[in-house]
Amino acid sequence: MAEILDTFFNIEILLRVLPFILEGLGMTLLLCAITVPIGLAGGLAVAWVWSLKKRYVNWALVVYVDFFRAFPPLVLLIFVYFGLPFVGVDLSPFAAVAIAFLLNASSYYGEIFRAGIESVPHGQWEAARASGLSRFQTMRYVVLPQATRNVLPDLIGNTLEVVKLTTIASVVALGELLHAARLAQSLVYNPTPIVAAALIYLALLWPAVRLLRHFEHRHLVAR
Amino acid sequence: MTSAEAVPPAPILELVALHKNFGPLKVLDGIDLAVRPRELVFVIGPSGSGKSTLLRCCNRLEEPDSGAVIVDGADIMRPGTDLNAVRQKIGMVFQSFNLYPHMTALGNVTLALRKVQGLARDAAEARGRAALAQVGLADKENSYPNALSGGQQQRVGIARALALGPKIVLFDEPTSALDPELVGSVLAVMRELKAAGMTMVVVSHELAFARAAADRVVFMEGGRIVEQGSPEAIFGNPREARTRAFVSRLSQGHG
Amino acid sequence: MDNGLERLVFAFFNAEIAAAWAPKILEGMWVTILVSLAVVATGLALGLALAALRAYRIGPVDVAIVAFVDILRALPPLVVIIILFFAFPYLDLPMSAFTATWLSLSLVLAAFAEEIWWAGILAVPRGQWEAARSTGLGFGATLGYVVLPQAVRMTVPPLVNRVIAVTKGTALGSVVALSEIVSQASSAASLAGNPTPLTLGAAAYLAIFVPVVVLGRWLETRFAWKR
Ligand SMILES: Nc1ncnc2c1ncn2[C@@H]1O[C@H](COP(=O)(O)OP(=O)(O)OP(=O)(O)O)[C@@H](O)[C@H]1O
Ligand SMILES: [Mg+2]
Repeated sequence: MAEILDTFFNIEILLRVLPFILEGLGMTLLLCAITVPIGLAGGLAVAWVWSLKKRYVNWALVVYVDFFRAFPPLVLLIFVYFGLPFVGVDLSPFAAVAIAFLLNASSYYGEIFRAGIESVPHGQWEAARASGLSRFQTMRYVVLPQATRNVLPDLIGNTLEVVKLTTIASVVALGELLHAARLAQSLVYNPTPIVAAALIYLALLWPAVRLLRHFEHRHLVAR
Repeated sequence: MTSAEAVPPAPILELVALHKNFGPLKVLDGIDLAVRPRELVFVIGPSGSGKSTLLRCCNRLEEPDSGAVIVDGADIMRPGTDLNAVRQKIGMVFQSFNLYPHMTALGNVTLALRKVQGLARDAAEARGRAALAQVGLADKENSYPNALSGGQQQRVGIARALALGPKIVLFDEPTSALDPELVGSVLAVMRELKAAGMTMVVVSHELAFARAAADRVVFMEGGRIVEQGSPEAIFGNPREARTRAFVSRLSQGHG
Repeated sequence: MDNGLERLVFAFFNAEIAAAWAPKILEGMWVTILVSLAVVATGLALGLALAALRAYRIGPVDVAIVAFVDILRALPPLVVIIILFFAFPYLDLPMSAFTATWLSLSLVLAAFAEEIWWAGILAVPRGQWEAARSTGLGFGATLGYVVLPQAVRMTVPPLVNRVIAVTKGTALGSVVALSEIVSQASSAASLAGNPTPLTLGAAAYLAIFVPVVVLGRWLETRFAWKR
């Protein structure tokens, strides 16, 4: 037992690499602070365009959404980061991650917002438009608040996935938590840094998982 | 032969000093009731008086706290009782039908025949078809529940109970969830069952049916049997004031 | 402008390079398909077993299942893969890249599937249990023949989404040098000094997963549940 602890959770090593790991955590949090709002904004834009109900535009949106549902985000990131320089577009790892997440996350968030907007009865539109609100105002003040509440569990769930997905930034050598942990592990020849990173992810995301479980069960039972 | 007829037949179902509490609430407070072969016992009582709980204790879907439940001569409260075998002898029909939505009418009727009685598919389906024919739905065996009317669904529910060859069938408000125009088809099936000699316990508000088909009417309140007797006695000339009040409310409610 | 387009075509759609590296990408595609199928089979089987087990409501077992599910839902799949691949050798349990990827993603899928199916089991009305039990079906038979089929059907849409999301994660195997599409494509791209293999890799993914996504949309409408 002591031996296992010594290998997987060696306090001495942990203290040595902790500053490094914390720096990685800082980058992960920064990444989340950027990718989640970008994804949400992109998703809202997708849902807004969809709500205009222009037939050909909507076909294009379905293609867009299905394309990114089929496309692994890691492949997207590699394409953006390693591929674009060949045509003279040099991107920082951070910019590459931002672009990849904008494309990927907005398609998922877009689907969720679309479902939410569909769940709001048509009478809400009519009542709001009849009182003189513009399309945009109707969406902004009447429909979207209800839509968001209806799909809140899905929004939280997708946000959880986006946060977990920031780990792929380690592949383009962006120094987030996982990247820092792997680097530290290769320096100290001990898995403690990776275990520490895993524990940090758990501490960070477990509350969201609990919250989600609560929502999901209520949602299904209520049907 | 003649001497055998003189002895009253043993009850198929007998409840002795049955008690059931939900927390502080005494839902069944000492029920004694015997149902003899071919008898139709009709149970009435205000909402919350324990009628459903009474039926559900008969096959231990609800666990009684104390008392005896004697089915076909054996106390099913005794430890070691094979409940699943006992339940094959007691058919149950639910207010909300509870048909399996992922199975056809025939699938609903044959599931227990195949999985509990272990019949081969052919044999099970033959019996299932016979049961569906008995409730007038021979042509609906391949329909899924959502393609059937409420009355048809409830008749499939009855066929599901009959297919197992039960000694007694318990009905918990079998027509309460039905539109008025569909009630008749279900009651007709129940009347035929009675005529064919089935033993039945029916919780219902259908007084006309009770007058025509019941051998005995039982009035429950507060987890006790307040009064029982022939339909004429209970509906026409009840002894207890509570019974009279309830019966008059019930007949007004049903026009 | 014209020059730019030429450069773009030369870089990303270079026929010569595509022809040279296509066999490598196909190899990778085969590995991706294999891992994906293995993950779906193991993950769904384990998830169903756990959901069924949970229906028996055995206290300590419940706690263990919930802990397992929570942990695997909270951990990024890449972290799970890396722990299995890099940390287990310290226990003298070396893992091939294939095993690490397959096992990690199977566990992740099992956790999600368990949660989805358990919610489905809870959503099956009580009357279904009672009707089945009243005909003499035992607990296990009721669960297997009456409750689970309904739970599985009503949870098809979320499950399909999850299966797609997790199997796409096979791309993460490239981080531990599993020779699937991404590995093959990026090493080919650096050897060839041209990103066309990346385009091929992307096309390979689309070839595998677009049909799955379309199938998923079809399943969603097919199993839309009306009560
Ligand atoms: N599982 C339960 N837990 C707690 N209380 C219960 C439960 N089942 C029934 N009860 C209570 O027991 C009492 C009797 O219920 P029961 O369903 O037997 O009445 P009922 O006579 O069938 O009424 P109704 O005519 O409304 O169907 C009610 O007060 C009910 O709230
Ligand atoms: Mg009742």
